[in-house]
Amino acid sequence: MNICVCIKQVPASSNVKINPDTGTLVRDGNNTKMNPYDLYAIELALKIKEMKESNVKALTMGPPAATSILEEAIWMGCDDGYLLTDRKFAGADVVATAYTISQGIKYMGKFDLVVCGKQTTDGDTAQVGAELAHFLGIPYVCYVDQVLEVKENSIVVRCNLDKTYETLEVEFPCLITVEKSNDTPRLPSYKRSVQYSDHQMHTITFSKLFDTDESRYGLKGSPTQVERMFNPIKDDRKVMLDDEVDSYAKQLKDILKDRKYI
Amino acid sequence: MYKKVEQVDIAYLSSLFDEKYFFAGDNIPEDYSKDELGTLVKKPDILIFVRSAEEISSVMQYANIHKIPVVVRGSGTGLVGGCVALEGGIVLCTSKMNRIIELDENNMTLTVEPGVLLFEIYQYVESRGYFYAPDPGEKTATIGGNISTNAGGMRAVKYGTTRDWIVGLEVVLPTGEIEQFGKKVVKDSTGFSLKNLIIGSEGTLAIITKAILKIMPKPKETLSLLVPFKTREEAIDAVPKIIKAQLNTTAIEFFERNTILLSEEFLSKKFPEKRSDAYILLTFEGHNKNELKFNYESAAELCIRELNAIDAFIVDTDDRKDSVWKARGAFLEAIKSSTVEMDECDVVVPRSEVSNYIKFTYELQEKYNIRIPSFGHAGDGNLHIYICRDNYSKEEYNKILQKVFDEMYEKAIKVGGLVSGEHGIGYAKKGYMKNQLGDTQIALMNGIKKVFDPNNILNPGKVCQ
Repeated sequence: MNICVCIKQVPASSNVKINPDTGTLVRDGNNTKMNPYDLYAIELALKIKEMKESNVKALTMGPPAATSILEEAIWMGCDDGYLLTDRKFAGADVVATAYTISQGIKYMGKFDLVVCGKQTTDGDTAQVGAELAHFLGIPYVCYVDQVLEVKENSIVVRCNLDKTYETLEVEFPCLITVEKSNDTPRLPSYKRSVQYSDHQMHTITFSKLFDTDESRYGLKGSPTQVERMFNPIKDDRKVMLDDEVDSYAKQLKDILKDRKYI
Repeated sequence: MYKKVEQVDIAYLSSLFDEKYFFAGDNIPEDYSKDELGTLVKKPDILIFVRSAEEISSVMQYANIHKIPVVVRGSGTGLVGGCVALEGGIVLCTSKMNRIIELDENNMTLTVEPGVLLFEIYQYVESRGYFYAPDPGEKTATIGGNISTNAGGMRAVKYGTTRDWIVGLEVVLPTGEIEQFGKKVVKDSTGFSLKNLIIGSEGTLAIITKAILKIMPKPKETLSLLVPFKTREEAIDAVPKIIKAQLNTTAIEFFERNTILLSEEFLSKKFPEKRSDAYILLTFEGHNKNELKFNYESAAELCIRELNAIDAFIVDTDDRKDSVWKARGAFLEAIKSSTVEMDECDVVVPRSEVSNYIKFTYELQEKYNIRIPSFGHAGDGNLHIYICRDNYSKEEYNKILQKVFDEMYEKAIKVGGLVSGEHGIGYAKKGYMKNQLGDTQIALMNGIKKVFDPNNILNPGKVCQ
């Protein structure tokens, strides 16, 4: 079967600067990483590959520097990488991003399954996966943390709904968004890095897409208006327990209870 | 013979301290009767949470006159019973002496009190762009405890042990005098190195009240390679060859799939790679990405092309480092939680003998039909080997344990190793150390002890006694 995993390059640090004039993130090209949820998406796709013969392609939308996460995806076990890049895509909100990716996927070919991380750690909207499914016209399942069975025409997945698990079967083609799970993503292989050192990633630019209506892409295709962006207030206050050793446990219990952890 | 602590002693000493820092008799929490060895238990008569060198000095003056034994402890994470008050008496806990006193950026030193925890030192210096190199596994240990056992850790391959990172100590002698050994200097040819006598003396010579640590600029880039091998023999045999290749590694760790599975169960978190039987974990540092890449690629090539490694997995991001090193850090506790009782052997052997020694422990496992998981700092020859009781009765276990230990220490000595690499001698390993070092060296140690502590009140019955 054919699987497409959508991944994104995000800032490696949570201490990100925001441009006060444009309200956008100031991206430091040297300090980036693959979105952590996407690592779980890749892991899940590769688990499916182990269960049923598959071809797993990674797709990312971003500047040329984002090629490094496609390499990483291949070193982890993906078969190929696609970079969706064009100046015309810049400034896209979730709608324009999801639409652009849907066009990119249509360019890449037919897929039985599209896998996305639940959300990215920079935008944090968790909407791209669902909107992508909408634009592709396929069903989707969110919060997936385990694949239970891969059948001929469908997949059985477990969704982590925080307090309960839901088991769902969904027919191909479909899209799933993946939650972080106990299955720690596999590590990139040095051997694969050597094996694929001459591998050229595919580049998909605006002109290659089926829909070349510019009003659907980038800032022009983005209905979202960001009013203001700001760093969250950090609260790193420390609570020191009193010196009465025998009351540590009670004090700790009271604090946890007060903050509704127990 | 020591003086038994009486009400009059309690009355006097308690008058020196706020009541919340002073405990006597039944008010002393059980935890202060033991360390992580667990099997050696003895409650002190008095427990004091000391807060300054002057307080310690006043206790020592009293104890020295009245011949009351005194034992110092920090977090109690030791593994050889070193801080257990064998003779009762007073336990001084330094955990409240936990101030970071000074960061001296001109001399590249950090001055701390003994109760500062290891992870607090890392947090403090690393957030300021500096690096304290010793890296013992137990991060909640106090720096005082680290110095007392000359703790080593995973980065010893490149940076040495705690001893190499201490430039000065303030100590209280058993007689109550407060002395400064060493200074903030790079060189020191000024007589005997008393500082170095204190390091590794396990609280038997003096009480550390301040330590001046050496620091360095934090390496900009770090990365680990997790190298899987088909068999443990291949993995073990690779170690001396990796050492010989001089790949500028910071750490070389060996472990097996079984240990990974135990840590997964213990942490409820899956390890990112466990398809092979045995692994070597290598760590590299660099001033920039290119230097780092050159170092780790050379190592990966050697492992795959010449040492039969299946692959070399790249542990580069914080998340990946966390998933691998957290598991590595939990191995001891994971093994501990897999059995009802265990004892450990912390031998250090010449690096050329590491693979032979590990193979020898597997022979013992077969010979005595007892589970002996191991992992360790293969790169510096320091192995952590655990003998698990599992289904054996206490009596049967003790009999087997004795035989296994006898063979293990005998073998370590035969191949040019030592009884303890980093956990210390304390109470549990005294016999083995005496066997190895012989009467003359033990007499020298006891002579030194007598000079420092004429009434033998400081941590009696430990190390060389």
